Parts: sequence; structure tokens; C-alpha cells
Amino acid sequence: MKWSTAIAFSIALAFNALGASAAKSAECLACHDDKGASFQASVHGSLSCADCHTDKKAYPHAANPAKVKCDTCHADPAGGVASSVHASVSEQVCQGCHGEVHGILSSKDPKSGTYAANLPRTCGKCHGDSKLTKEHGLTEVYSKYMDSIHGFALTRDGLLVAASCSSCHGSHKILSKKDAASRTNRANIAATCGTCHAGPQQDYLAGIHGQGTSTGNARAPVCTDCHTTHQIASVRTAAWQMKTTATCGGCHERQSDTYRDTFHAQVSALGYIETAHCWDCHGFHDIRPATDPKSTIARANLPATCAKCHSGVTASFVSYQPHADRHDRRAYPALWSSWIFMNLLLAGVLGFFAIHAVFWLNRSLAERRQIRAGGPASE
Amino acid sequence: MESDNRTATITETATSVNGHPATEDTVRYYSRFSVQQRFLHGSLAATFLGLAMTGLTLRFSSSGWATGLAQAVGGFGTVLFFHLFSAVVLTGAFLMHVANLVYRIVARREYSLLWGPTSMVPNLKDIRDFIAQIKWFFFRGPKPKFGRYAYWDKVDYWAVFWGMGIIGLSGFAMWFAPFFAKFIPGSWLNIALLIHGEEAILAVGFIFSIHFFNTHLRPESFPMDLVIFTGRMDENEFKHRHPEEYRQLLESGELEKRRVEPPPQWLKNFGWTFGGVAIAVGFVFLALMIVAFVQE
Repeated sequence: MKWSTAIAFSIALAFNALGASAAKSAECLACHDDKGASFQASVHGSLSCADCHTDKKAYPHAANPAKVKCDTCHADPAGGVASSVHASVSEQVCQGCHGEVHGILSSKDPKSGTYAANLPRTCGKCHGDSKLTKEHGLTEVYSKYMDSIHGFALTRDGLLVAASCSSCHGSHKILSKKDAASRTNRANIAATCGTCHAGPQQDYLAGIHGQGTSTGNARAPVCTDCHTTHQIASVRTAAWQMKTTATCGGCHERQSDTYRDTFHAQVSALGYIETAHCWDCHGFHDIRPATDPKSTIARANLPATCAKCHSGVTASFVSYQPHADRHDRRAYPALWSSWIFMNLLLAGVLGFFAIHAVFWLNRSLAERRQIRAGGPASE
Repeated sequence: MESDNRTATITETATSVNGHPATEDTVRYYSRFSVQQRFLHGSLAATFLGLAMTGLTLRFSSSGWATGLAQAVGGFGTVLFFHLFSAVVLTGAFLMHVANLVYRIVARREYSLLWGPTSMVPNLKDIRDFIAQIKWFFFRGPKPKFGRYAYWDKVDYWAVFWGMGIIGLSGFAMWFAPFFAKFIPGSWLNIALLIHGEEAILAVGFIFSIHFFNTHLRPESFPMDLVIFTGRMDENEFKHRHPEEYRQLLESGELEKRRVEPPPQWLKNFGWTFGGVAIAVGFVFLALMIVAFVQE
């Protein structure tokens, strides 16, 4: 057989099959014409009705048809959903996201509910309903996401690469963050965010926080501890940067307190973003302890770190204590003594003259009463 | 006769201080402060208010009023600018005062500035006056006869002098931190901020309560002693407040040389306005400081 003959034969066969299915569907549409238009345009448009409605091969068919099973073809996604948090939502669980069964569109179709830019709204049907989320003990995340840098990028700027719901949670096999296999489980967060943010992930894993999570330290922060989950803001806004000292202080309480005593913190409180905040000295993703030679606060690197803001930095200058604790007598004896001395001076001087003034006032008033009564002034 | 005189003195003093010109044309006035000294006090008061406002904002930056004030004036940059600006003006005034003292002592040999009844330097009489004043408080003796400066005047002066040195030096050390760090360890900058702030709290607390009371608000001067604005004092007030200085001037025949015209009305009005605003503003700052201090 020649090749050309073989191809012609195959084409003929295919047309035959298509023609047959079209004919069959047309038969169905004689009664069910309401399903026709959307179905033809759907991702399943090339299939015949009986491909899904397997129990209705011939007419007349049983009045009470069997439920259509998506997993006949889509075994993988359906299996994922069955083991996901959405397993028990409803029997028609696929439709919840993919829309009316006969009109399901490809997720690449901009009209599809599962198209990246439309996905937040689709998930938001449930996760933006405060009554529903409350019922299930969840938080209403839709509006938070929509106000986040990801939400803005996706829905306002139309960046399809921006993270939408499924980017972090997956699509079918969405698991509770408590599940160790979940993409949003603490142990997997860095990898999940790192899918897009590869650079920060690499830095994070090299730093003390990443080292902590890798070695199973439950208290070590992951991406979401600092950046939050759904309402992630741009790190370039002053408003976000202003909040970070409090974020770091959430764990590093003592350092936060001692920072607050410094000039850096005092002017920061007045809204001066240019002053030194935690990350200016410590870095952010690859924060390393002072003992690490690569650390920004390692002794040898301090002049360079301070010089980011201060000009004319010397070795002596960097002996400044950005976290000095005036209450700590042993670690900062000079500072502690100055503090005690100044407090005694303050209390002593003001106390002494306050008492002095009270007696003076009393005596002067007595004298005035005396004069008013016509008596001589007591000089 | 003498006791009659004295009663009259006090009554007149009270009325003239309160601004009633009933006896103005017959009252003799004597110079107490030179124009230079009045300018020094004026620039000191003005810059101190500026420094206190901006400094308290910086020191208590986490309190609500501080952040509000910083926002209102355009942020931290403005606050720091006015702090440094006031600091430079005050430093200039302070250095001019010191230079003037040095000139008068070295070139004009006015050693009375260093020691004696008209000197600011504390002496034995101040201790005796202080003890006598305490006795007077408790009705155990007469009011001491003060000289040119009473002991509380000297405390005021030296408190400010010491404060300027401490606050000024620590302030400039922080302003030009890398430069100062060539001579001092960087860890001293921690101490500089602490001392700068604490000493400033002391200064604000002292000036806006103790100085205001001792000089202006006590019953003898209430509501304000205008002498630092007009530079002159009427005879009765002089006799009553600085009896020792008055006696010495009278005996040495120097008193007449100090005789001046009564203060013009505009100068008194200026004094009332400037001093009144300073006292009112000072009280507001004191209240804000106490609020922030308690909240901290």
C-alpha cells in the first residue's frame, strides 16, 4: 500500500467516525436543544453526548439516567479532588470550578472560570463569601488576595505569570496546610514560593531562617511569616517597610526593645523610612548570624554595612551599639551608669526644687495674707 | 516710719508689676540687664522652645502627638532641620556669651565677674541665704537680703550653662558622628543619645516648671517678671528684691549711674507678649512630655 493511500484511508475513517457521532448528537439535540450551543463551543464539543452519557446509547432511554462520571476520562484530576479538602463539598464538585458541565471551557480560554486571570473570582465564589467561610471555620481570603501584590498584578495588570490561587494551593489536590504533603504546609512553603521566586528562595535557604526550617526548627520563620499569605504587599512601599520592624520584633522581642532605644528607631517612628531598620543591617532573605563571616554584621563587614548610610565610617565608629540595653549592667556598664546617674540627677534636681517651690509658695501666700490684713511684712 | 515704708513698698511693687501705671511718673527706674543680656535671654528662650518642641518629638517619637506633629510639619526631615537650626543659633548665642565673658575678664579685667557680690559664681553668702530662706519658709527668721543674684538665679544660670555644655556636646557628637568617632569610641554615641535625651528632659522639666515658678509665677512676681524684657526695675522692687545690691550701690554712690528712664509701653507690651507666649507654650510642652513619659 502506498503512503498516500494509507493517509486517505485514515482521513476517510476519521470523517466517518465524526459524522457518526455528529449524527448521534444531533439525534439527542432534537429533544435537548438547550444544551447544544454551549456544548458545541465547549472543550468537549468534539465528543458525542453518549461519550459521557454512557447509559443512553439508544432512544428511547431510561428516564432516570446515571450520574455522569468525569473521572472516566479525567482520572488524575478527579482522584486529586477526591483526596483534597474539597472532596466532601458536593457530588458535582467539578462543576463548582469548571462551570456548567455542558459548557466547560479550556483553562486557556480567557472566558473560562479556570483561566488564570479569572481563577480568583471563581475560588472567591466560596472563599469570598464571609458567611460560607465562617461556617467552615475559614477566613475570607478573596478580598485580601485581590488587594495583594499578586492580586493586583494578575487582575489589574493582567500578568498571567502572577500567582493566582492554584499557583500556591495547586488545583485539584488541594490539601489543608496541616497536611505534610500540602504545598502550603510550613515545611513546603519555601519550595512553593520558590517556584516563581527562585532567587529569594536560594538566599533564604542559605540564611539562618532557612537553615532553621531545613533542620526542623518549628520556630524558624518561613516566607509567609514575614510576607503574610494572601495579602502580600509590595516590599517597595514605605508602608510595608515601616511595618517590618514590628514583624521582626514579633519573634526578636529583646532586639526590638533595644532597637527602640536608639536614634534609628526614634526617627523611624516619625515616619523616616531612610533610617536603619532591621533589614538595612541584617539583610533579609539570607540573614546570617554575626559569627558567619558572610554576615552583614560580622565584625569585618560592619564598616561596609554602616557605610550604606553613613559616610566617613571608621573602625571606631562601628563600635556603636545598635542594640545597646541601658538596663543591662553587665553588658553595657558605661551606658548603665550614665543612665542611673542621669536619672538620679533628674529626680534629685526636680524633686528638690519642687519641694522648695511648694514651701516658698506657702510662705509667700502667708505673707500676702498678712499684708492684706494690714500687718507688717516679715522681712 | 520704716515699717510703714516697707508695707508701702510691697503694695507698690505688686501694683507696678501688674502693670498699673498709678505711680509710674514718680517711680525711679534702675538698669538691671543690658540689651545684650536681654537678647541673650530672648534668643535662649526662643531657641529653647524650638529645641524642646522638636527634641521632645524626637525623644518621644512613639507617642501619638509626636507622630501627628511630625506629619503636620512635613515629616522627620523638617523636625530635625528645625532642631539643628535652633541648635546652631543657640550655640552661637552661647559662644558669644562665653566670648563676652572672656573678653570682659581678660581684656577689661572685670574680676568682679569671677568673684564677689555681683558675680554668678556661688559663694558663702549663697549658702547662708539659702539656709535663711529655708528658715523664712518655716517662719523661723526674716527673709534673707539677697545681692545682685539670689541663689536660685545662680542655680538657673549654671543649670543652663551645664545643660548647654552637655546637651550641645552630645548633640554635635551625634550630628557629626563619624567625625567624632575619630576621637571617641562609637559606643560613646550610645551614651551621647542617652545623656542628650535625659538632660534635655531635665532642662525642659526644670525651665518649664521650676524656672517659671521661681522667676515669674510665684506670688511676688505673678504672672510675670518683666525685668528680663525691659532690663529695668523700679526702685521699690529693687530695694525689696535685691536689698544687699541696692545698699552697696547706694553706699558707693554708684546707684545714680544705674538710673534709667521708665520702660516704654511698647517694650512692656513686647515683654508681656513674648514672655506670655513662652510660658504658655512651655506649659503645653511640659504637659505633652509628662503624658509621653507616663505612657512610656
